[in-house]
Amino acid sequence: MNFFWRTGIVLAGMFTVVIALWVKAGPSWLDLSWVMPDNVVSTYGPTLDNAWLVILWITGIVFVATEITLLVFLVKYRHKEGRKADYIEGSNKAEVVWTAVPFVIVVSLAFWSKGIWDEIRDPSLFPANAYTINMMATQFEWNAIYAGADGAFDTSDDFVSRNVLHIPVAQPVVVQLMAQDVIHSFFLPEFRVKQDAVPGMITPVWFEATQTGEFTMACAELCGLGHYTMGGTVIVHSQTDFQDWLAEQQAAAGDD
Amino acid sequence: MTTTTATETHAGPAEHHELGFIRTYIFSTDHKMIARQFLFSALMFLLLGGLLAVMIRWQLGFPGRPLPAFVRWIFPDTMAPGGIILPEFYNSLVTMHATFMVFFALMPLMAGVFGNLLIPLQIGAEDMAFPRINMISFWIMPVAGFIMLASFFVEGGAAGAGWTSYAPLSASGEWTGVYMGQILWLISLIVLGFSSILGAVNYVSTVINMRAPGMTWFRIPLATWSLFVTAWLLLLAIPILTGGLILLLFDQTIGTAFFRTEGSGEPLLWQHIFWFFGHPEVYILILPAMGFTSEVIACRSRKPIFGYHSMVYAMVAIGFLGWVVWGHHMFQSGMNPLLGMTFVVTTVVIAVPSAIKTFNWMGTLWRGNIHMDTPLLHAVAFVALFIIGGLSGIFMASAPVDIYIHDTYFIVAHLHYVLVGGSLFGIFAGIVFWYPKMFGRMMNEGLGKVHFFLSFLFYNMAFFPMHNLGVQGMMRRIYDPNQYEFLQGLQPLNTFISYSVFLFAATQIIFAFNFLWSLRNGKVAGNNPWKSSTLLWQTPSPPPHGNFPEMPIVYRGPYEYSHPDHEEDFWPQNAPPATSEAGGQFAPAPNPEPVPGD
Repeated sequence: MNFFWRTGIVLAGMFTVVIALWVKAGPSWLDLSWVMPDNVVSTYGPTLDNAWLVILWITGIVFVATEITLLVFLVKYRHKEGRKADYIEGSNKAEVVWTAVPFVIVVSLAFWSKGIWDEIRDPSLFPANAYTINMMATQFEWNAIYAGADGAFDTSDDFVSRNVLHIPVAQPVVVQLMAQDVIHSFFLPEFRVKQDAVPGMITPVWFEATQTGEFTMACAELCGLGHYTMGGTVIVHSQTDFQDWLAEQQAAAGDD
Repeated sequence: MTTTTATETHAGPAEHHELGFIRTYIFSTDHKMIARQFLFSALMFLLLGGLLAVMIRWQLGFPGRPLPAFVRWIFPDTMAPGGIILPEFYNSLVTMHATFMVFFALMPLMAGVFGNLLIPLQIGAEDMAFPRINMISFWIMPVAGFIMLASFFVEGGAAGAGWTSYAPLSASGEWTGVYMGQILWLISLIVLGFSSILGAVNYVSTVINMRAPGMTWFRIPLATWSLFVTAWLLLLAIPILTGGLILLLFDQTIGTAFFRTEGSGEPLLWQHIFWFFGHPEVYILILPAMGFTSEVIACRSRKPIFGYHSMVYAMVAIGFLGWVVWGHHMFQSGMNPLLGMTFVVTTVVIAVPSAIKTFNWMGTLWRGNIHMDTPLLHAVAFVALFIIGGLSGIFMASAPVDIYIHDTYFIVAHLHYVLVGGSLFGIFAGIVFWYPKMFGRMMNEGLGKVHFFLSFLFYNMAFFPMHNLGVQGMMRRIYDPNQYEFLQGLQPLNTFISYSVFLFAATQIIFAFNFLWSLRNGKVAGNNPWKSSTLLWQTPSPPPHGNFPEMPIVYRGPYEYSHPDHEEDFWPQNAPPATSEAGGQFAPAPNPEPVPGD
């Protein structure tokens, strides 16, 4: 049997095993997607998904090119009777090229990233007209704290919504993350938001919903034995619904 | 014209004398025996870490299903009542899997085994600079391992705050219910740190002081170069971890508040300390595998390594840059966002030396004469998988893109591509390649190939789809993803991954069998079965006490394969040049002994 037959048999065997397990477990091809899921509901979400796509293209091309080259070299320069390797110690020209080209690509990527990062995270660029909510994370709950009718926090009419974050659509929201016990991580997959809540610190994070509905809130940092249950819901209201909800809650809180 | 392979006689150096059983096999100061001791103990820990991984995947593949009856009896009700893994035990599994793999399997396999085996033999030294310190360095490791193992059996179970042990979760049993387990975790790693530091002192001193005549810095084989850079990283990074661990131990036991918020503690300070150690640690875990890969690819392609000098400079560059990238683990931690960009830039820059190395390996294969045996297959798999691990790193290096994938399975996929696809395949390449020198016999080639192809297949089936889990948003370290509605559809993919992990683990039985069987039944290796040109192969297998029957003298670089002026396709470093062309530039230091060989 020659080299290609042997390789072919090994590959066919591998392929059979993959298919057999795939059929047994039964996952969907869609789960293997490499592009971000089509569920984004925040204003800057598409920017981040786009940044992902750019990196996916660059790394994807490099991946395919290098792996194919590797395979071609393996096949083409495999040992045969009488073959002698060429005595080549290197090439300064090649070294310069494959140092400079990756350097330029990755450093450009870095500075391109800076613009996006600043837009989302630079505290001086936070939107001015944002609605502010305090979020106190604790094992294993998300306590969203809203200012009462006086519009100020840490007063007696503040009220708490446990594991449900109510926000208005089309208005920036600043969530001031705090933690009572250990580090938690505030993760809203559909909003492309993730920020740790650290005890002893107040970490603000902002986002703006583009549509109404119910979305996922999750904890992404191991926070103890109930970590996996620390989920919740984000309810995005229309502006008027949100004002109604707020008034209702404030009235209830004021009665105490 | 015969080349100089060292004399076949087994008469060792004059000072050689028989040692008793205990001095030979237990409290040995011979670097080769210490390497073997590290090898056997680290492989046991690798097995343990692997079994923990299998249990993690059992829970994720089949959440809430009881463990199979034949293993159920092992676990008490505090871990898995009725065979169902508890959430707190799951957290311990995740923590201890990573701890055993990183600190007790990969580090000892890299630095402990190959640092000890290769450094003296590749530079032509008779042993390490400090053989007794070397012995202590080994014996600390089982002690630390015993403490770590004991933590499974104390009340509250083993540590469950992740291998990164983020404070305050790790700083007080109040939050996890784990008191003694966390304390033992800390003590074990503090103790283990001394092993690494003592080993590193030895490696650095040996490489600097004990090179054979003619072994200039740029004639040192790349495996030794990689271990030399690694030793510096160990020497400088481990004390930082140890310092942090001691502070955390104080927080746990005597009520200080370095990292706890009762008082004036700073939880983020722990992360800075941990990752300031932790990122050099990543390179401690990958640089030696890069060295092994270089060695194997050059030898099995019968070609000089492409760009030897760039390979050395790239490793030294990684060694320096590794210190200034730690913040990329903390983009979403609440660290000042303006600091984020600094770490984005340093992090992408460290991709450059890694790219240089990858292209040089490919350049070495180019126009070579590639012998496709198990060491080469593993080494090329290292390159192929390291490319994936390196490229996926670029996603998270970009701070805004990291927002979504941080703490998801994308990170799990990335780190396993680097540490299993990279480090472990590099270690397999190293074990198969240097096994004959360690034990005098070859591992079985047929079994080796079966092991390689199945490992490569199941490995990729297990870890490649984890990228996709990350894209779907699945978080790390969650006991039951089905708690979240948006993750429920991923259960079949998780099951597929679990099957693949089980098969990957089962495939290692082939390796274990081959390893043990070949000790007695392998083909006798002879001095130089791979026809390699480094000094290590110019002495009997296994080498006698004192390594080289006669002091080797080095005339040329380590990778003189297929040289046009030489008949055979390898030219040992210590083979004297033909008298007529003995250029002055290669003249070695004067030596009273006659040159070995013909």
